[in-house]
Amino acid sequence: MYDQTSERTPARRGEVVPSGLDYAPSLEAVDQVSIDESYDLWIDGKPSPPAANRYFPTVNPATEETLTRVAEGDGEDVDRAVAAARKAYNGAWGKMAGKERAKYLYRLARMLAERSREFAVLETLDGGKPIKESRDVDLPLASAHFFYYAGWADKLEYAFPGLDTRPLGVAAQVIPWNFPILMLAWKVAPALAAGNTVVLKPAETTPLTALAFARLTAEAGLPPGVLNIVTGGGGAGAEAVAHPGVDKVAFTGSTEVGKLIQKRLAGARKRLTLELGGKAPHIVFEDAPVDQAVEGVINGIFFNQGHVCCAGSRLLVQESIYDAFLDRLKVRLASLRVGDPLDKNTDVGAINSRAQLDKIGALVEIGVAEGAEMYQPPCALPERGYWFAPTLFMGVSQGHRIAREEIFGPVLSIMTFRTPVEAVEKANNTPYGLSAGVWTAKGSRILWVADRLRAGVVWANTYNKFDPASPFGGYRESGFGREGGRHGLLPYLRGGS
Amino acid sequence: MSGRIGVRKTYKLYVDGDFPRSESGRTYPALDHRGEVIARVAAATRKDLRGAVRAARRAQPSWAARTGYNRGQIIYRIAEMVEDRAAVFAAQVRMAGVAAAKARREVFRSIDRLVWYAGWADKYQQVIGNLNPVAGPFFNISVPEPTGVVGVIAPEAPALLGLVSRLAPVIVSGNTAVVLASERWPAPSVVLAEAMATADLPGGVVNILTGPRSGMAPYLASHLDVNGIDAYGADEDMLAGLEEAAAAGVKRVVGPPEGRIAWMDDRTAQSPYAIAAFTEIKTVWHPKGL
Repeated sequence: MYDQTSERTPARRGEVVPSGLDYAPSLEAVDQVSIDESYDLWIDGKPSPPAANRYFPTVNPATEETLTRVAEGDGEDVDRAVAAARKAYNGAWGKMAGKERAKYLYRLARMLAERSREFAVLETLDGGKPIKESRDVDLPLASAHFFYYAGWADKLEYAFPGLDTRPLGVAAQVIPWNFPILMLAWKVAPALAAGNTVVLKPAETTPLTALAFARLTAEAGLPPGVLNIVTGGGGAGAEAVAHPGVDKVAFTGSTEVGKLIQKRLAGARKRLTLELGGKAPHIVFEDAPVDQAVEGVINGIFFNQGHVCCAGSRLLVQESIYDAFLDRLKVRLASLRVGDPLDKNTDVGAINSRAQLDKIGALVEIGVAEGAEMYQPPCALPERGYWFAPTLFMGVSQGHRIAREEIFGPVLSIMTFRTPVEAVEKANNTPYGLSAGVWTAKGSRILWVADRLRAGVVWANTYNKFDPASPFGGYRESGFGREGGRHGLLPYLRGGS
Repeated sequence: MSGRIGVRKTYKLYVDGDFPRSESGRTYPALDHRGEVIARVAAATRKDLRGAVRAARRAQPSWAARTGYNRGQIIYRIAEMVEDRAAVFAAQVRMAGVAAAKARREVFRSIDRLVWYAGWADKYQQVIGNLNPVAGPFFNISVPEPTGVVGVIAPEAPALLGLVSRLAPVIVSGNTAVVLASERWPAPSVVLAEAMATADLPGGVVNILTGPRSGMAPYLASHLDVNGIDAYGADEDMLAGLEEAAAAGVKRVVGPPEGRIAWMDDRTAQSPYAIAAFTEIKTVWHPKGL
């Protein structure tokens, strides 16, 4: 599950990859996926029509074709979902021994792995990410996450000595569109392992894998009401987090919305965790292994089209190697294959939505207007669908908006530094603090830098690695609370935080 | 009778290791439980608060950079100083109407709590952090780090034990603190500041402001150079205001549990998880290979 980018030999300096010799398309079959004509909400273990009888389309961002229509939940639907979750918490799920809860989670892990291919295709159709990534990253990790937390369900008293490990009750969880099924796993697995029940609000543009997962829970025999899914837009999410019957709120998404939720919950005495935006620094020292660092930087920003909260979007290169490193990056950039997400050769897929494409375009325009130098490799983009070419910005200063604001797209801002102290200062010069990368051959420097970076995850001589056993989450305006690992249980336990 | 006139103390703020008056020159009367004025206590303003946050921020990196061993020694030294003045502290606690024996118990429990937390300085990382067994050839470790500057809304009562119980877990990990002292019973916190100033605690690590809190508390919560708020001293209304103000900077607010807090109960009033509440888990990955 670590092969998150192709492991091709990086091109030598100055080498241009001849486009005529590129791979022939190798399309993933879509026939194992069946998509219904419309989808209802999932409440109390079964499909449930929305109270207002409204449905919205979900489109394939690579083709702009409507895939299906999905129920638009409102306050009344959230009421019903919370009531179902409460009933399950007070009933079957709440009374169940941890070792039995564990078995359900193990089942879900296994079933998700069995159906991995189907889910991966569905994820790519609905969200636009390359099939290579949904197949090799999102699905294996999602299944692994359930497997990992399944094992905690009957061992909670050993996780945190002396802590009150009783569950909180009903958790409202709102997840983003960049890793739909994986974020579902990150949220649902620890919540259920700890004994809570869940009302989940998937992202508006990517609801399908969550709804497919709902059907999986029925096949697994998960008691009704343990997992409820209310699809819809921001309104349904706002209703869910503010619902008085909810004890715990977990949100992954933008810092802007995270602040609104935190404000909305003031005085409500609900537990809250936020996993928000980032503007991660990626530091490359002059002694770094260059080929690996180039791959790391490319993966850091172009993985999932840069729709990654921990994307390494601010490259800090030591001045002495800047020219040579930039040359290599440009060559590697030119060899990225942008296009059909269902093509197994595709490195960079479709931008998730028209709105996100507009946002990326606007910030890139600002970057040019502010005087940064833009570079895009020659790159033919499909005519239909939402696409953005991999983009570098040189001559970026720390004050530029492209160096400060999260773009959430395939856009890398490059800056330089001279000394380690300067690198750390520039790296920490952001209100965010989710992740950071550092490349150097010197062990003591890695530890020195890692100590000083104000970020929840530090990848040293690697980047964008994820594992169910490894906590993930930010400092400062990137949020609070951790997901993954032993620490990922804390937000769902009474004595936790 | 000698007719000697006693020397009265001026109750001042504690900021950056110094004991300044409020920049406003204002004071307010601290009363004892019978309503008699014990002293005029400095009434801090938002400007004093800004100065205290600046001092706390300045002091934070070097406080965090000290070894846990050294921070433990210093917090233990605070306990020594309080023990030395136990009678003074007990007299201050009694002003709140606490009976003599009970006041002594509160002071001794405060000392013991300081010693308890001092011992955690070089241990909490081992309990809160761990190596993560990831499915791949990576060294992967999660360690707690201090979050930075923490605002502490001290409990109104018990003024000494409440403050010690909430402040010690904040600073033991390497955070620095800006404390809004008990408004009703400020005297014990001022004496505690005097003990800290003589305990090798570097200036700025703990800053204690006395005065009306309703104006200062939301300001402290909204201050973008403050990373977290311990709100055990906030009532429901103040807590809601603090949480709303804190949202602008996405900072956590640790509110009191619902119901009465048993401050004398070691099993519930002290915990390594109280230290963890104001730390950030940092996870570092590195490949393993030849």
